[in-house]
Formats: sequence, C-alpha cells, structure tokens
Amino acid sequence: MDFNTVLQILDSAVRLMTPLLLACLAGLYSERSGVFDIGLEGKMLMAAFTAASVAYATGSAWLGLLAGIGGSMAMSLIHGLASITFMGNQLISGVAINFLASGMTVLLGQKIFGLGGRTPSLQGAARFQEITLPLADTLGQVPVIGPIYAQLISGHSILVYVAFLAVPLTWWVLFRTRFGLRLRAVGENPASVDTAGVSVTRLRYAAIGICGVLTGIAGAYLATSLSAGFVKEMTAGRGFIALAALIFAKWRPWGALGATFLFGLLEAIANRYPNLDLGIVTVPSMFMNALPYILTVIILAGFVGRAIPPRAGGEPYVKER
Amino acid sequence: MAMTAQDAGGRPETAAPYAIELKGISKAFGPVQANKDIDLRVAKGSIHGIIGENGAGKSTLMSILYGFYKPDRGRILVNGEPIAIADSQTAIRAGIGMVFQHFKLVQNFTVLENIILGVEDGRLLRPSLAKARGVLKQLAHEYELNVDPDETIEELSVGHQQRVEILKALYRQADILILDEPTGVLTPAEADHLFRILEGLKAEGKTIILITHKLREIMDITDTVSVMRRGEMVASVSTAETSPEALAELMVGRKVLLNVDKTPARPGAPVLEVRDLHLIDHEGVERLRGISFDIRAGEILGIAGVSGNGQTQLLELLGGYPEKGARVSGAIRMNGEALDLTGAGSDARTRRRRGIGHVPEDRQTEGLIMDFTAWENIAFGYHDKAEYQKGWLMDNDAIRRDAKKYMEDFDCRPRNCDLAARDFSGGNQQKLVVARELERNPDLLLIGQPTRGVDIGAIEFIHKRIIELRDAGKAVLLVSVELDEILSLSDRIAVMFDGRIMGERLPDQTTTGELGLLMAGVTDTEHHAAEDGIPPEHRHVDDLPDETANGGPR
Repeated sequence: MDFNTVLQILDSAVRLMTPLLLACLAGLYSERSGVFDIGLEGKMLMAAFTAASVAYATGSAWLGLLAGIGGSMAMSLIHGLASITFMGNQLISGVAINFLASGMTVLLGQKIFGLGGRTPSLQGAARFQEITLPLADTLGQVPVIGPIYAQLISGHSILVYVAFLAVPLTWWVLFRTRFGLRLRAVGENPASVDTAGVSVTRLRYAAIGICGVLTGIAGAYLATSLSAGFVKEMTAGRGFIALAALIFAKWRPWGALGATFLFGLLEAIANRYPNLDLGIVTVPSMFMNALPYILTVIILAGFVGRAIPPRAGGEPYVKER
Repeated sequence: MAMTAQDAGGRPETAAPYAIELKGISKAFGPVQANKDIDLRVAKGSIHGIIGENGAGKSTLMSILYGFYKPDRGRILVNGEPIAIADSQTAIRAGIGMVFQHFKLVQNFTVLENIILGVEDGRLLRPSLAKARGVLKQLAHEYELNVDPDETIEELSVGHQQRVEILKALYRQADILILDEPTGVLTPAEADHLFRILEGLKAEGKTIILITHKLREIMDITDTVSVMRRGEMVASVSTAETSPEALAELMVGRKVLLNVDKTPARPGAPVLEVRDLHLIDHEGVERLRGISFDIRAGEILGIAGVSGNGQTQLLELLGGYPEKGARVSGAIRMNGEALDLTGAGSDARTRRRRGIGHVPEDRQTEGLIMDFTAWENIAFGYHDKAEYQKGWLMDNDAIRRDAKKYMEDFDCRPRNCDLAARDFSGGNQQKLVVARELERNPDLLLIGQPTRGVDIGAIEFIHKRIIELRDAGKAVLLVSVELDEILSLSDRIAVMFDGRIMGERLPDQTTTGELGLLMAGVTDTEHHAAEDGIPPEHRHVDDLPDETANGGPR
C-alpha cells in the first residue's frame, strides 16, 4: 500500500465521516440537555429528502440546504412537543420520527417525482461542489505535505469544513459559555437549573433546535454533496451509527471527532477493498460492509469502557410532588 | 437563646415589617390539600422553626415561597411588600434563598460552577468564575463556610454539599434563608457546625426559616416556632414559652410518649454470633473491617452510626444478599449453627428459612415492589411456603387472607390489600414490610431505619411491635441513623464508624454526646482504643467538629 493509496482512503474516510460527525454533534447537544434522540436517523432522512427536492426545483444547493434544515427542524419540533412539552417517552417519540421520515419521504417522493421514491439526480449548482483551497496546485508539488494538503485537506465540499469547524465550536460553547454551562446542567440535574431560576423547557428546546440544524446539514450533505439526489432510505443507519459514536465519544466533542473518523475509515476501507485478500483467506465483501455495524454493536455492548450518559437523560422534567 | 424571647412575645409597635408574611395560602395536588389557608409571619433577623410530621405540608409551603410551586390562593408579602412569586427567579430577586432537603446540585460540576449557575455575569464563563472565586473566599471567611471551589460535588461529603447550597443562596444575596430538613444527613458534629453558621448569619441580620421534624433542633436554635399538621398551621409560638412535649402534642394532635415503655431485657442464649466479618466491595473498598458481636434471645442490639459506615453492607450480608462481586470472610452462627457466608447456602431465601426476618433500610427499593399490590408484597420472600401453594399454582386466596389479617393487626390504612404499594403513605408502606416480617415470628429480626420517613403515630406503633418481639424472646438487630431511636429502643448500643465497631455502650450509661464522638470515629479512652485495636491516628483527633466526619468514608 503506497502513500497515495493511504491518502485516498483517508480522503474517502473524511467524506464518509462528515454526515456521521454532524449527526453525532447534533445528538451531543440534544443528549447533553437530557433529551435522548434516537430519531437522528429520521431527521437526517427527512432533511436529505427536502434538501434534494428543493435543490432540484430551484437549482440551488444553498436553498436545498435551507430546506434540509427546515425538514429536520420540523421533526425536532415534533420530538420536542412530545418529549418536552407533553413529557412523553423520548425513545418512543424517536422511533415514531424514524418511521414517519422513512414513510413520508418515499410517499412524497413518489407523489411529486414519480420515480419510485427517488428524486431526479442533481447537477451543477444544485449540488455542493468541491472547493479547491488556495495554493493547492502550487503546494501539491511539495513532497509529503503537498499531497496531504492538495488531496486530503483541499477538495471537499463546504459542508465538510462546516462539520469539522463545528467540533471546536461545540467544545467552546459547551465549556466556555453560559449557555453551555446551563445546557450541561440541565442534562445532569434539571432541578438545579429550575431552582436557579432558569427555564428547563427553553433550554431543552434550544438544544433540540441546534440538533435540528446539525442533522439538517448532515442530511443535505448526504443528498446534495456525497450523492447527487435522494434515494429511498439513503441514510442507511447512519443516525444509529452516530448514536454509537456519541456513546463511544462519551458525549464529548473531540471524542465525537475521533469516533466518527473510526467509522468513516472502516467504511472507506470496505469501499476500497470489497474483498480483502489476507493471503490465506479472502475476507468476503459482506463482512467488510458490515464492519461499521459490527463495531456499533461492540460499542453499544459496552466493550469500550464505561460511558456515563448525562444523568437526567431520557427523563422528562416533572417537578417532584 | 432565651434573650430572643421578646422577638415573638411582645413585639414593639414600631417594629419593622416582617421579613415574610403569608396570608391564606392554599395549595392542592389533585385531591390532596397540601396547604389549607396558611398564615405565617416571620420577624426580620430571627430564626423561625416550622415543625410538623411528614406530609404535614411544610416543604410544600416553603416551595411556594421559593416559587417552585404556585399557590392556588393566598398572598405573600416580603419585607412588607406584596409580591407575586411566579418562579424561582422572582424569589431570588426578592432575596429569598432555599436549601432543599434533596440538594439541587449538579454532581459532576465544580463547586464554583454550581454557585454561578443561573447568575452568570455574561455570556462567557471566565469572568463569572473569577468573580465567584473572590466572593466565595470572603463568604468562607465571614461565616466559616470553607469549601474547595474547584472540587466537584460528587467528591464532597454531604455536609460540604450542604455548605455549597448555603453559599449558593448567599452568593445570590439572599436575606431570607429557608432550610428544609437540613440535619437529616449530618453527623451531630456537622449539625452543630451548621447551627453555628446559622447563628452567624442571624447575627448579620439574615432571617432564617428552619423546617424540621426534630424537636431538639427547634428548642436549641429557633426564636419562634410554627407547628403544621395535615396541611394546616395549628400554632405559632415563641420557643422560649413552649416545651418539646407541648410541640409534639400539637404536631400529632394528641399526647405521644416520646420515650418507649419497656421493661429491662432478660437476655437468654445467644441467637446470632458474628465473628470478624470482613467485606471488600467490587471496587476494592473494605466496607467491613472485622465486625464481631453477639445478640441474645430477648435482646435488642442497636447499631448507631452515620449512614455509609458499613451498616448497609452488614445488614445485606446478614440478610443474604451482599453486593455483587463483594469478597467476604468471617463467621456467623445462628442458634449455634454456622451459616454459610458464600455459596448456595448464603442466599436470602435460606436465611429466611433459618428464621431471620429482614426489614431492609430502603423499603421502596428493597422492601416492596411499588407497583405490586399489598397482598402480593406481603407474600414476597415467603411465597414458596407450602400453604401458599395449590398444586402448580399459587393459592392467592390464602395469601390475601393472610394479607388482610396482617393489615388488620398492624393497622395499615387504607385497609385494602388490592391497592398498589405506592398508593400507601410512607408510614403504611413501612407497616406492610414490618407486618410481613414480624408475622412470620422470626428468631432474629434485622431491621434497618425502621422509621425513616414515617410519621410519629406509625413510629410509636412500629417501636411497640419491635419491643413486643423482644419480649417474646426473640433477638433484634436494629440499625438506625436516628440516635433517639437507638437510645430508646436498644438494650445495648454498638457504634459503627468506617466499617468497624467503635465501642459498645449501655443506653442508660451513655449520652448522645459520647455516641456522637464515637460516630465521628473518635474513641474516648485509651482503654477502648487499645481493646478495639484502633490504630493511633484514630485516637484523640483534636479538631473533631467536622473535619473528622468529613474524613469518613462515603
């Protein structure tokens, strides 16, 4: 395996981890505020559909992005109403959102475009194009650093950079701002926030709002950047993988970066070597493709050390009687 | 404290307005009237006690004052100004601070982060934290409220966590401080320290409202006291002009015997012999460090101590369900025969068959299944008895017959064995558990915190039943954090600290002071220290008030 192959795999890993990273950070905001969100998958799917539809209709990837955010925000709002305002069960609400998105996207897609639930493929400005960073061509000649800059760092869609910048930003918001302090507190002990005179409800809605924006970007990336249009069930369990990554990351932003990179890398390797030849045996492609999901199961089974979720997670806040 | 009598007795006419004045406050939760037409006046700069049984409505009333609940009716005046307290923010702005019974702290935040939560000075944390650090230092100096600002809450002892709550209120510039059952979790030394802090705050002109059900605290520290019973305010008097007996009578609405009537014990043969018990939990912490004692027939051995010093582990081990992964050594003999400490013969079922009844410390998680009915709960642990079987099926009618009889015997109310356990009040839930264990007439009764969260009427009843069991020639191991309970029930008292028994005393030959020292890990004499094999560093600790207690295990 030469240097160039490694770069290509890493480059592919970066593209593939981006939706996972965005969804993982989305889940981080929501769960840090005490609202468990297994509906990440559904929100992303809905966002992918609305983004692709609007991008196709208007020819603008940016309007598509806005629509994607709108689509997942609508789902977030349903989740918020059910689990914050009406104090329902957060898991059930999340499951409902996944089903709703899965059914609605295909239904609407078929009704509008008549292509069996797909949207027509997007071209030109309806997709986010790859950005070549300044000096990529000149620096590309420099050994080692050159190819890294030109191939790995440069040449991604804007949404990839947004996702990576969201990591330090999330860290800063969480640990350096008033909002972050309150957000972390409300996920640990909402009563402490309530008795301090801060509204638990407003904080949690703010958190799921941010979650909606981030899953919206993730969905738009899937449909208008990674692929060229919406395909039925195109999220393919990424929302659940992002949840596993969130646990692996122990609900920390930099951890989220590492965890989602690992998943992205596995997917990239599987894509590159469908039949990995280890000399004695050839690993079949089914196994390679299953790798990210196998890792998910291992993480969720708790083989990676103890992860302590936010203490008030999953519990609607009811003043004690 | 006698000097403050004039505060409540004859107030001068020119007096400043009251710090707090409540007029006709009512609050209902569904069909339950928690507060009925309450009037209350608290003079500025005084310590006012509110006393009442569990469920009398004290905490509800104070939560209304703090804006946690909204009253259905009534008016609130703070410093003479009428004010609508819609939320806690309003209460904080009006200068009211509250230390809840269950602390409202974020466990994995530092002290400093907890202090500024909700009153940050701007969008960024750094300046707020720096300012709080300075203020904290000053407050610590002023009121003996020392806490390390960078420690996380979960690393702090309960006493220190409480200080953080008080500091939170002071940081919000509270002039009126409400404390809800503040001493429930403290050692006597920590409680004394708390009272010194309260005296200091009073001297600075702060007004303090102390909610408690402990008569001694009311008599020790308050200037005036109000008594609540079943949601109503039944009296407000000057502390100097009342007595514990009078207050107790007001609380329950009839005369109660604070001292349990009991004849001297006539101990027989040893029932339980415990030798050199050690228990190391799954985290490698040694929870029991060589416990040895005997209990004879017809005798109550009381184990006193601040919770978390190994009592729970001792009860669980004797009851046959030590924590998973714990390593155990030592020997237990029951009626002269050895009991298995590990392996198949050491489970709770075998223990029950050997005649050990067990009322666990936490009735809601270990004693009962809250969603199951009273009759189902009464069968638990004994459900495999022959008379409850009908072929392959359970004989539910037989269980219900027993349940009805037990509930009759123990005056469980409401007398409906089809209600779920959670529908009974705390006292009646406890009666269900006690009935289940006592009706089987065990040779040895293990009973932990028999009256925690139980009202005075039920306390009296449960105490009487425990004494009756003793008089019937049975052995009782009583574990309680309530010293009064230990003193009035026990025939002998052993004090536990840090997994050891610090010493044994006879109830009529000791004082709460002496027991308190033992509970804080201080052995009183060289003789005892040598005898119990206590290492020298545990003896004669000079600054015992709170530092020793904090050094204790969690």
